[in-house]
Amino acid sequence: MNKNKIRSVISFSVYALFILGCYFGIKWVGNQPKVNGIPGPLRNVLSINERIFTAVFSPAKKSKEFGLDDAQKRVRKNGLVGMQGVINDSNYKLIVIKNNLDTLFITMDEIKKLPKTEVIFDFKCIEGWSQVTHWSGVKFSDFAAHFNLATKSGNTINIEPNEDWYKYAGLETPDGKYFVGIDMPSMMQQQTILCYEMNGKPLPNLDGAPLRLIIPVKYGVKHLKRIGKIFFADEPPKDYWAKYGYDYFAGL
Amino acid sequence: MKKKHSFFTRAFHWLNVPILTIMIWSGLLIYWANDKYEIKIFGYTLFHFFPKPFYVFLKIPFHLAEGMAWHFAFMWLFMLVGLLYVIYTFASGEWRELVPNKHSFKEAWQVVLHDLHLSKKEPPKRKFNAAQQIAYTAVILMGAGSVLTGFAIYKPVQFNFLTAICGGYEWARAEHFMLTIGYVLFFLIHIAQVIKSGWNNFQSMVTGYESSKKNTHE
Repeated sequence: MNKNKIRSVISFSVYALFILGCYFGIKWVGNQPKVNGIPGPLRNVLSINERIFTAVFSPAKKSKEFGLDDAQKRVRKNGLVGMQGVINDSNYKLIVIKNNLDTLFITMDEIKKLPKTEVIFDFKCIEGWSQVTHWSGVKFSDFAAHFNLATKSGNTINIEPNEDWYKYAGLETPDGKYFVGIDMPSMMQQQTILCYEMNGKPLPNLDGAPLRLIIPVKYGVKHLKRIGKIFFADEPPKDYWAKYGYDYFAGL
Repeated sequence: MKKKHSFFTRAFHWLNVPILTIMIWSGLLIYWANDKYEIKIFGYTLFHFFPKPFYVFLKIPFHLAEGMAWHFAFMWLFMLVGLLYVIYTFASGEWRELVPNKHSFKEAWQVVLHDLHLSKKEPPKRKFNAAQQIAYTAVILMGAGSVLTGFAIYKPVQFNFLTAICGGYEWARAEHFMLTIGYVLFFLIHIAQVIKSGWNNFQSMVTGYESSKKNTHE
């Protein structure tokens, strides 16, 4: 064989190995045991992504706000898990597990006495659609400060992140069928509200009455409707969609 | 035999095949969840992206979470290989053979006419003719566009300036989609030209060498 031929044989051998390597490499990733709905290696990358983004991004950054005229009157509804039956304001109490020793039962009247905050933003669904919508309620940071929540010491929460903060908040529907886990910096962001009004009127039942979460820095899957219970933890609380292969962080 | 493509050019070229395949496939899995784009003329829908048989054939439906996982894992490789390619192309000086100039569009038009058998005028005998220069430079710019529009829809709060430049969240998503369609068109023409140019040209992207008898263009 001459020099050219040898070179060709070597090149094509390497090329064939490359193609086989890619094919079996990708197949290998796809066949790895699943961790919460997706192959383990991909779940690991999503966790690394989360660490990178939480390290470089500012969790206080605000979602763009819009004017009243931009807000859609017909608000799209997507998920109904955990929304069976009707709950009235009068027989509703929000359960807040402060810590292992202390549980609060908070009425809508107490919540509505706190300062009201409005947010009009482009609500983004993980499916890829978005809608400018108008919500009002109480800032989670005001709520937490008022009831001395989210701190390990039980003291009033400082708006600046610190060691006393629990790392996560967990929220569940009253029947426990839908649940989310959210990092505390996103909960404390100034547009995150416990919401009881949509388009200036009381929340319709299927939009999460009497109280729902609106958290503009996250995809819609985290905006839990009909909050039954809120608790705090340093380990990530269970999350409905993260079990089915979605990113836990789901931050925008 | 004479040297045509360096080892790095070939490596970057072939690395893009699996990476782009995964990015486009996982992108389809994501797009399916809100597949609202169509080509409309005077209110009449000419083509909907995508017809149901296409989805079924490729097993696209109901894999949004899987699509996002692959997409947000391989985006790093897509960016890394793209960045290294651009750095390499500048550092090696190979950009001089690739970047078009002000005469390129006229020449590219001649090449297109020739390739469509509408003109007998042969394309110039250099490594890359103007049509290739424009195509190979454009596809790199498209790659940059995919990264920018991608981040505009992936992190629209953190990168709100990017989302604004793209014309808002909805537009950024549409642009991201159109760029992908652009890659597919690029790919189809590229494959057709490679087939037309023949084995000697194709094998040069594997071995790096081309027999010097005949000049070809891919």
